This record gives sequence, C-alpha cells and structure tokens, in this order.
Amino acid sequence: MNTTTLRPAPTRDPAWVSRVFWIGAALVLLWPLGVATEFKPWVLVEPKNLKVTAQFLGTFLPLALDGEFLALVARETWRTVAIATAGMVLALVLAIPFTLAATRVLSLSALSGRMARGPWLIRQAVRWLLIVLRSIPELVWALVFVRVVGLGPTAGVLAIALTYGGMLGKVYGEILESGEAHATQTLLRNGTSRLQAFFYGLLPTNAAELTSYTVYRWECAIRSSVVLGFVGAGGLGQQMDNSMKMFNGGEVATMLLVFMALVAIADRVSAGLRKALG
Amino acid sequence: MKPLPPAPPSLLDPRGKALWFLLALTVLVIASFWSLDLQWGQFLSLDAARSMGRFLGEFFPPDTSPEFLRRVAVGTWETLAMSALGTGLAAVAGVLLALPASRRVDGGASWARGPTRLLLNALRSIPELVWAALLLISAGLGPFAGTLALAFHTAGVLGRLFAEAIENAPPGPAAALRVQGVGGARVFLYATLPQVLPQLLSYTLYRWENNIRAAAVLGVVGAGGLGQMLAFHMGLFHMGKTATILGAMLLMVALVDAASHGARRVLTR
Repeated sequence: MNTTTLRPAPTRDPAWVSRVFWIGAALVLLWPLGVATEFKPWVLVEPKNLKVTAQFLGTFLPLALDGEFLALVARETWRTVAIATAGMVLALVLAIPFTLAATRVLSLSALSGRMARGPWLIRQAVRWLLIVLRSIPELVWALVFVRVVGLGPTAGVLAIALTYGGMLGKVYGEILESGEAHATQTLLRNGTSRLQAFFYGLLPTNAAELTSYTVYRWECAIRSSVVLGFVGAGGLGQQMDNSMKMFNGGEVATMLLVFMALVAIADRVSAGLRKALG
Repeated sequence: MKPLPPAPPSLLDPRGKALWFLLALTVLVIASFWSLDLQWGQFLSLDAARSMGRFLGEFFPPDTSPEFLRRVAVGTWETLAMSALGTGLAAVAGVLLALPASRRVDGGASWARGPTRLLLNALRSIPELVWAALLLISAGLGPFAGTLALAFHTAGVLGRLFAEAIENAPPGPAAALRVQGVGGARVFLYATLPQVLPQLLSYTLYRWENNIRAAAVLGVVGAGGLGQMLAFHMGLFHMGKTATILGAMLLMVALVDAASHGARRVLTR
C-alpha cells in the first residue's frame, strides 16, 4: 500500500523572522519621510484643533438649500462644465495641427526608407513642444494666467487648453502611429496629397479610438476645472474656496455633494459614449 | 397597386443617433463659449501681449544662489516625501477598506460591501486639492495636510482597485484553508494576500507616480512642498525665485516620467 506521511502542519508562521525584519526595516526607512512631512497625527486630536474641526463639521448640517444659493451653485456648476468644454475645444484647435505635423505615418520621405533630415527635425521639434506643454501642470498655467488676464474663467480655459493640447497632441500621435498604416501608405504611394491620405486612410481607421480618448479627456477636464477654481479661475472650485474661507460648512457640504454628482454623471456619460464607440 | 414608399429611417438608428450626438455636442460647445465671459479682447490685445512678455521676462535670470537652491532642494524632498508617505498610508488604508468592500466567498455575507464602496467612491471623487483645502482646517498649514490629502484621495482609488483584485483572485487556496477550519484573518494573510500582492504593488507604484505630480502642485493651497513655495514667491512677485521653483518642478516630473518609462520597458521586456 502506498502511504504518504503527512508532516504535521506548523503551528506558527515559519517565515515570521523575515517578516518582522522587513516590517522593521520599512519603518526605519519611513522615519525620514515622516520627519520631512512633519507627520504628527496627534495635532489632529489636540483639543484646540479638535474644537475647530468639530465646529466646521458641525456646520455641514443642515446643508445650505435656500433658493438663492442653489441658483448660484447651478450657475457655477454650468460654468465648470463650460470651462472644461471650451478648454477642450481650444485644446483640439491646438492639438490637431500639431498632430498632423508630427505624425510619422504622413511623411512622404519615410515611404522610401529614412525620413529626410528637415522633416525629421520639424517633427522632433513639435514633439518637444508638446512635451513641454503637457508637463507643466494646468494649475501652474492657471496661476500664471490669473496674473496676466485676471481672476475669472479665461485663465481656467487657457490653462486647460494648453495642458490638454499637449496631452491630446501626444496621445493622438501615438494612436495614429500604432494603428494600421497600410491604407494610408497605399494612398500616399498612389499620389494623393497628405491631407487626403489623412481623411480617407488614417482618420477612418483610428476614429473610434481618437474619439474615445477625447471623451475621456473631457471627463478629466471637468474634474480639473473644479480644482482650477481654487486659484481663482472661476466655477464651482472658486465658490467652494470662498465658502471654506468663511467656514460656511453648509455651503461647502452642498457644493461637495453637487461636485460628486457632477463627476459621477460625467463618468457615466463618458463610459456610455466610449462603450457605444466600441 | 402602387408599392408603398420606403419608410423614413428611424430617428434612433445608428446614423440618427450619431446626428443627435453631434447636435448635442455643437449646442454644448456654443453654449459654453457664449455663457463664459471670456476676455479675449483683453487677452489678445497688444497690452496683454506686452504684460505677458514683461511677465516672462521677469523670470530671467532665475535665482540660482546656493542658499535658495538648497531651499528648493528641501522643498523637492518634501514633495517626494509627501507623495511617498501619502501613497503608503493610502495603500494600508486601501487594503483595510478593500476587505469589507469585497466578497471573498461566493454567496458569502457582504452586508458591508455596498456602504464601503460608497465610502470609497466618495473618497475618490473629491480631488486631492479639495481634500487639502478641507484638511488645512484641522491639520494646519504645511506638508502634513498635503500628505493626508493625498492619502484620502488615493485610499479611495486604491481601495476600489484592491477590492476588485481580491474578488478576482483564484479561490482555491483560500477554500483549502477554510475547509481546514482556519479563521478568516489567517485565510486572507496566507492564501489571498500572497496571490494578489504583485497586483497590489503595481497599482500602488502607479499611483505613487501620479501622486508625485499631484504633490508638486498641492501646495498652492498651502499644503507644503514645492507648490507652497511657488504660490508664496509668485504672490510676492519674486519672479526669479518662481522661475527656479518651476524649473525644479519640471525637472522632477520629467525625471519621474523617464524613470517610470524606463522601468516599464525593463519590466515588460
């Protein structure tokens, strides 16, 4: 008979020494981080701070629901959406020409071997410009534009336009270059102009993916247009900032709820549209 | 008998839907531009161009005195520390919240699943910057508020991702321990967690990368790091110093981008 002897199951974790060691090592490594971030959780429960917090949280209820304030919130919510939409439109105006200029698939000289020197330099320069536009956070652009054009939605629209223009340009370029290039190259080889090759070859092949990414970015723009309000670029964020500074908890709570609903709706709409595009 | 004329296409066939969508989009765009009082005149005028030029001109020369560079280096370190600690706290909180938010046994009790997911959604849908502005009230000005803000938002994001990873883990090992009579906590620690740990780590690292970028600007509401220095010096019109801080920010973000790109390339090869 074939019997296997079972070892008795260990009663304690056989690897506990090394686990304890690594947890200890992690804590030692975390120590300087805690020092650098002035990580003192106990300030949260100091009686003085606790009192302020409790007072602020206490004013969250009842929510501010008077008609005048709700009208203001509705107006500012619309402005938030409008800032995001206008910013996206300007970002597209910026991104589309740059994408056309930077796409390698539309290069005539690259059809036969290496791309020529001049076009290569132009494409590289556009790429670098897009990277710079994209890597400055929109909040920093907004701070700069608030200085130049003053408080208000113009700064927010411009900030979104520049950062998102860079992002869209870069990602559009990647989408166009990763797709099937055969149709486009055939058109180019048969002597169509590059715009024709784009409209009849490249665009139809990649339209669904491009639209889907654009919708996703619009959703992100709504979120960031709220944040931009905190530096004075209009919309829901600016109102929230004002109410916070006046410790008006009821108004803050109402606006937070509205904002969460707005994000959820944008999320739903964008997911639905992207699903419809396949 | 005359054949009937073909019925007009439905307004909701694919082509009709696309047209409705385009119509709605056009209305949205026109309404957006129409309702915002955009000051194009002011922005595109010669005056604005001149003030923009003057503004950019003041950035030069950037302040590169060793003493200020040292402070910028401290600010950069503070930003990195905020992002790392915030992400770490969020990962721990994420695991703790993911447990009630996931159904670990098919058909098991999950009364906490709905409420916990609601909490995670709430944490997630409020951006870091809004959290920071709220937390300033109880944590005071400085990097601590920023760290907590990052942790709150990221806990919502990670908790949801973790819950999904835990629910999708292969149930075999956990079931094997459970039929031996091992308790819930140990089943999780010795069967489920080892299986999902690589996925949890990769989510956490991805969020850390995002959080470094977020931490850089979080300070403009007063929550520490480079952002706080930026807002401070820009407010006082120290444009040379502002330029140095902006440069440090861009350099940091570029380095993080390059590192993550490189790491991804090495890992997926």
